Amino acid sequence: MPKTIVEDKIDVLVVGAGLGGTGAAFEARYWGQDKKIVIAEKANIDRSGAVAQGLYAINCYMGTRFGENNPEDHVRYARMDLMGMVREDLLFDMARHVDSTVHQFEEWGLPIMRDPKSGTYLREGRWQIMIHGESYKPIVAEAAKKSADKVFNRICVTHLLMDDAKENRVAGAVGFNVRTGDYHVFKSKSVIVGAGGASNIFKPRSVGEGAGRVWYAPWSSGSAYGLMIDAGAKMTQMENRIVLARFKDGYGPVGAYFLHLKTYTQNCNGEEYESKWFPELTKMVGKEYLDTEGQHLSHKPIPTCLRNHAFLCEVNAGRGPIHMVTMEAFQDPHLEEIGWHNFLGMTVGQAVLWAATDVNPKYENPELTTSEPYVMGSHATGCGAWCSGPEDISPDEYFWGYNRMTTVEGLFGAGDAVGGTPHAFSSGSFTEGRLAAKAACKYIDDGKAEGIRVSEEQIENRKAEIFKPMEHYRLYRNEITAGSVNPNYINPRQGLDRLQKLMDEYAGGVTVNYMTNDKLLQIGLKKLAILEEDLDKVAAEDIHELLRAWELKHRHRTSESVVQHTLFRKETRWPGYYYRGDAMKLDDENWHVLTVSRRDPETGEYTMEKAPLYHLVDDKE
Amino acid sequence: MPTFVYMTRCDGCGHCVDICPSDIMHIDKTTRRAYNIEPNMCWECYACVKACPHNAIDVRGYADFAPLGHSVRVIRDEEKGVIAWRIKSRNGETDMNLLAPITTKPWGKHIPRLADAAAPTKEQRDSQLLFNEPRYIRMDEGDIHTLKSNKLTMKAGVYY
Ligand SMILES: Cc1cc2nc3c(=O)[nH]c(=O)nc-3n(C[C@H](O)[C@H](O)[C@H](O)COP(=O)(O)OP(=O)(O)OC[C@H]3O[C@@H](n4cnc5c(N)ncnc54)[C@H](O)[C@@H]3O)c2cc1C
Ligand code: SF4
Ligand code: SF4
Repeated sequence: MPKTIVEDKIDVLVVGAGLGGTGAAFEARYWGQDKKIVIAEKANIDRSGAVAQGLYAINCYMGTRFGENNPEDHVRYARMDLMGMVREDLLFDMARHVDSTVHQFEEWGLPIMRDPKSGTYLREGRWQIMIHGESYKPIVAEAAKKSADKVFNRICVTHLLMDDAKENRVAGAVGFNVRTGDYHVFKSKSVIVGAGGASNIFKPRSVGEGAGRVWYAPWSSGSAYGLMIDAGAKMTQMENRIVLARFKDGYGPVGAYFLHLKTYTQNCNGEEYESKWFPELTKMVGKEYLDTEGQHLSHKPIPTCLRNHAFLCEVNAGRGPIHMVTMEAFQDPHLEEIGWHNFLGMTVGQAVLWAATDVNPKYENPELTTSEPYVMGSHATGCGAWCSGPEDISPDEYFWGYNRMTTVEGLFGAGDAVGGTPHAFSSGSFTEGRLAAKAACKYIDDGKAEGIRVSEEQIENRKAEIFKPMEHYRLYRNEITAGSVNPNYINPRQGLDRLQKLMDEYAGGVTVNYMTNDKLLQIGLKKLAILEEDLDKVAAEDIHELLRAWELKHRHRTSESVVQHTLFRKETRWPGYYYRGDAMKLDDENWHVLTVSRRDPETGEYTMEKAPLYHLVDDKE
Repeated sequence: MPTFVYMTRCDGCGHCVDICPSDIMHIDKTTRRAYNIEPNMCWECYACVKACPHNAIDVRGYADFAPLGHSVRVIRDEEKGVIAWRIKSRNGETDMNLLAPITTKPWGKHIPRLADAAAPTKEQRDSQLLFNEPRYIRMDEGDIHTLKSNKLTMKAGVYY
């Protein structure tokens, strides 16, 4: 049996230290100088999470210092992009603090480019600034290490611990060491989950060796959602998955291309295609969301999903592929260099692919594609936990005591973990971690974490559950001669393939053109339930497979939540991300609300509710 | 573009094993050298490539869509604070050297140790401010934004 290692008397436990988690660990030390701060991370915080390979831009920066934007401007932008469905209190709060995060990054050594003329940060677009961010992650990891008492790398956290003295209160987390196989118990007064979003839930377009070339990192295992849902935390907007229009196969970023290099898209005949789909689309979503003439006047950007919709329609009409017109911009050697640097800084694989296929964007316009859907809450989409906002902004329905606290007491979130806060990106995720850390310290100082008790029974039960896949393998392996086909178990890869296929076909993946409906979703739920039974029999040959087994279980739970939410929202809110074939119109009368779910940890039953949508409006309106 | 390891260069030091976010660089028990155990879970993030002290790791485009015969190599120099890339295309027509800074400061020196910072006051604790705020938001003495300061209200319903 594996060794049990207990880390006791923790005040703030950070689960997953990507951008959100490093921000939490760093800031927690300031508000809790006497507190014990511990990080539990499944990889190595120097290169973990979505920013492992670096970034070439910080996508969320207001620039109030340079008189550029106010927080409410950003809220309006994110609201528009998400077709209205955002938590504006959380967004305003993130936006009013995010600049202080970015200014500190610069002081720590992150190279931020500047406009030589104005001295301001070099803008890629209204919200984005350009950086040389290859070492973004090592730099923020350094900050987290300076603040934390201990960093446990290579611990896959599988469950949160719950208080046995008081219902619905968190008490720490458990997991296992991916190298030694030891069982780790973290007893803590508060937990900040920063375990990131979910890739690989829907079948990816590339399924062979290239299956790893997903847009969001393959190690984004939906653990933030799996952990919090299993603890009984309420979730919001889990139906709001995202589909990305990116360079074909490599999924290289397009932001700098559109905004900085001023490249644009065309169909196979070299024609502009977007605007011709918009009149029909306006009938689906309404003039409030797509008013091309009005939008032109007010400079409101067209929501990303609607641009995807035009892309899909054009391809379905037989005029694919869609090209990115780079041949003009790339004649300027300076812009050409930026185009390549942009890949090397955050998606090296796209540079490798162009080198392999002799694509020279100076002489040919590369192909674009739309990706498989992703579930996350910090990029241009808002899946995640239903969290309390700050007391000076949030209306009653959005406020229950501590900023970024979920509906489980003492359990906080940051980054992808928090729902309703799209367009936070790297800087906003780090900022949310800081906000959560301050609130967690206050929660402890207010005496809210007194008297926590964790029974030996809970600890032992989790241990048996965590290592069961290895036990299962030992038990049944010798029943067969060799190979991976066994009547008593599936391995994690087989389980992942099944999950991806069913999510793709029933919940609106690429092979069905992002289409689903009530009937399909109901079948999907049934198949997910049976898959869960089989996941009880997943087998792990070694500790590495045990990691994959638990990632799969977290992805499965995330998927279940996605399907429940998609079923609940009976409208097509984001054409271009997914379609409810049985409700193709946007329906503000019934669905101008946020969706909130809770899964009962005892019974597995979901309860769905609508939460009111509050908007920031000018006093005079 | 999954990674692979050149037999003659790897000495089994394990730096790549230590850094790979996907947990797929492992040391082979017989050869005592590193290899990629799960190429279809490789993001070609280059973390291992940058970490290898012997430049033993390279990347070969994913077999299902990248033809053979290209190369994207990298050297990351922490001391000098720069990263150097070389991209060579399959037909040899593209051969580019690209250089970028990775930091502007010596490693870790300019990150404050918050355990030693002056403790926050009760007012700060009760306010909405984070460490170094409000000063670091605007770099002047201006305060943080609130609904009141920006003349806003939160209203339920449909507004645009
Ligand atoms: C290709 C790409 C391009 C992007 N471009 C930009 C850009 O240009 N600008 C920008 O600002 N943002 C960009 N982003 C977005 C940005 O990276 C994310 O918004 C941000 O990293 C989210 O932070 P997070 O802390 O929620 O998640 P992450 O940073 O992903 O961190 C999650 C952490 O949790 C750990 N973890 C996961 N599961 C477990 C578990 N079970 N136990 C323990 N630990 C676990 C992970 O290892 C990781 O360290 C981009 C992202 C991608 C993928
Ligand atoms: S870091 Fe390089 S030398 Fe060391 S084990 Fe890995 S491949 Fe071999
Ligand atoms: S490129 Fe990244 S994911 Fe692939 S083996 Fe190296 S460190 Fe791991």
